[in-house]
Amino acid sequence: MSSAAGEPTDSWTAAARRQLERRLPWENLLPDRQPFYVGSWVYVFGVVTIAALIWVVLSGVVLAAFGPQWWHLSSAGRFVNSLHFWSVQVFFVFMVLHLWGQYFMASWRQGRAPTWMIGVVTFAVSIVAAFTGYLSQQNFAAQYIAINAKDAVNSTGVGGFFNVLNFGQMYGLHVMLLPIAVIALVFLHIIQVRMRGVVPPIE
Amino acid sequence: MISERSAGQAYQQGVRTIPYDLLKEIAIAMAVSLIVILGLAFFLSSPDVPSVTIQSWAQADPVDFTTTANDELAGTSVTASYGPPYNQGTGSVQSIGPISPQSWAGVHLNVDQPNDFVINPLKQAASNDTQLAGEISTYQAASADQQTKWHDAYATALKDAKVANGAVTVADGDYGPVPAMLARLAQLAQTGALDGLLLSSNHFYQTDYTKPLLFINDGGYIVGLAHDQHLTGNQWGMMNETGLYPGQTWLWLYTLWYQLPPFNQVSYGDLLVVLVMGLLTALLFLVPLIPGLRDIPRWIPIYRLIWRRYYAETKAGR
Repeated sequence: MSSAAGEPTDSWTAAARRQLERRLPWENLLPDRQPFYVGSWVYVFGVVTIAALIWVVLSGVVLAAFGPQWWHLSSAGRFVNSLHFWSVQVFFVFMVLHLWGQYFMASWRQGRAPTWMIGVVTFAVSIVAAFTGYLSQQNFAAQYIAINAKDAVNSTGVGGFFNVLNFGQMYGLHVMLLPIAVIALVFLHIIQVRMRGVVPPIE
Repeated sequence: MISERSAGQAYQQGVRTIPYDLLKEIAIAMAVSLIVILGLAFFLSSPDVPSVTIQSWAQADPVDFTTTANDELAGTSVTASYGPPYNQGTGSVQSIGPISPQSWAGVHLNVDQPNDFVINPLKQAASNDTQLAGEISTYQAASADQQTKWHDAYATALKDAKVANGAVTVADGDYGPVPAMLARLAQLAQTGALDGLLLSSNHFYQTDYTKPLLFINDGGYIVGLAHDQHLTGNQWGMMNETGLYPGQTWLWLYTLWYQLPPFNQVSYGDLLVVLVMGLLTALLFLVPLIPGLRDIPRWIPIYRLIWRRYYAETKAGR
C-alpha cells in the first residue's frame, strides 16, 4: 500500500521496522554506557566465550577448507587443529563460567527468562557440536568415543538416523549445520541481552 | 527500587551509568583469548593417537582377530545379537518397562555380520582362489548344526592358539573349513585389504565406518588400548581424551552417572542416563519458572560479591 512521502504506512515491513527501532534502538545494540554496577569479572565470561567462539569458527573454517588429511599429515594442519582444539576448550570453560555466573546473579529476572532459556539451548547445542567434532578427529579417541557413545544414542532410538559410527554424517553436521545453529543461537542470545540490558542487582 | 522498573527503563533510565566500550571489550577479549589459545597450541599441541585399523588389529593380535571372526560367523558376537538399529537381535536392546525407543525405532542400518564381515570379503578374495572358493562352498553347504559344532570346537581351540609369523595355529580337531577360511581372512586383514573390503558398498567414495568399527569393537584388542588411554566407560571415558589432554570435560555430569549404581549395574543404564540428563537439562532450561531452583541465588549470596560496588554505594544490601 502506497502513501504520501513521510507518512507512516501499515505495511508489514514498516511495522517490523518500527518494532525493531522501539525494542532495539542503536544505543542499546551498541551501547557506550552501562549501569554503574556492571563492574565485575563475571561480566567478562560471556564476552570471552564469544571471542573464543570466533576463534573456534575461524580455525574450523581453515581446517574444513584444507580437508581432513591436512590436520594429520602436515605440521601447519596439525597446528591449526591445535588452535581449534584449544579454542573449543577455552570456549567451554568460559561458557560454563558464564552460565554459573548468570545463575548466581539470577539473570532471568524482570522478563529475561527467554535470554536464559536461549542460553541453555545454546549450551546444549554446543555440546552436540563439540561431540561431533570429537567424532570427526579421525584418530583413536574419535573411534572409541564413537564406540562408547553408540549404545547411548541407540538406546534412545535415534541411532539409525544419527549414526555416530558414520564419519561422513558426523563431519557434515559438525562443519555445517551445528555451527550455524550455535552461531544463530548466540546471535539471538546477544540480541536478547541488548534488548533488555544487563540484569540489575538482587534487592 | 530498580526491580520495580521495567527492564528497559532500568537499562537506560534512572540508573547512574558509566562509560563503556562494547567493541573495545570484544576486541580485547579476542586478543587475549588468541594469545592464550596460541600459547596452548604452540606448547601443548593437540592429541592425535593413530586410529586402530583392521590391519593393525590383525597384525598385533591375530588370535583375537580370528576368535572375533569366528564369533561373527557363529553368530555369538555382540554385534550378532545387538538389535536395532543394526539387526533384529535383542542382546543390546535397552528398555525400562514398556519404554523401549530402541525397539520402536527399528532396524535402519542393516548389518549382516557373517556375510558383511567374513563371507563377502572372502568371496571377493576367492575370485582367483579356487581352494578358498571350495572352502566357502563347503561351509555354506553344511547344516547350521554342523557349522555351530565347528565354531564351538574352534573357539575352544583358539584359547590355546599359537602364533607363528602372524599365522594362528591350534591343536588338531574337527573344525571343518573354518580355520582355512579365517586364516585367509586374517591374511587379507594383515595386508590391509580387509579395511577396504569392509567399507565397500558399490560406491567409489566411502565415509561410513559402521561395519569396521562394529567388527573391531567385537574383539578385545581395542578395549585394551582404550583402557590404557583411560577411555573406557568405567574410566569416565566419554569425557576423556588420549594422553593427558583435556577431553569433553563439560560431559562430566553425564559421565558421572556411569560410575554409580544403579546406572552401572542395570542392562538399561544408557537409557537411564539419557533420561536423567534429559530431565536435568529440562530443569536447567526451566530454572526461571521453578520456585526453589530460581531462589537459590538469593540464599547463596554470591551476588553480593558480584555487585559489591552497588551494595556499597546504595547500602541497600541485606
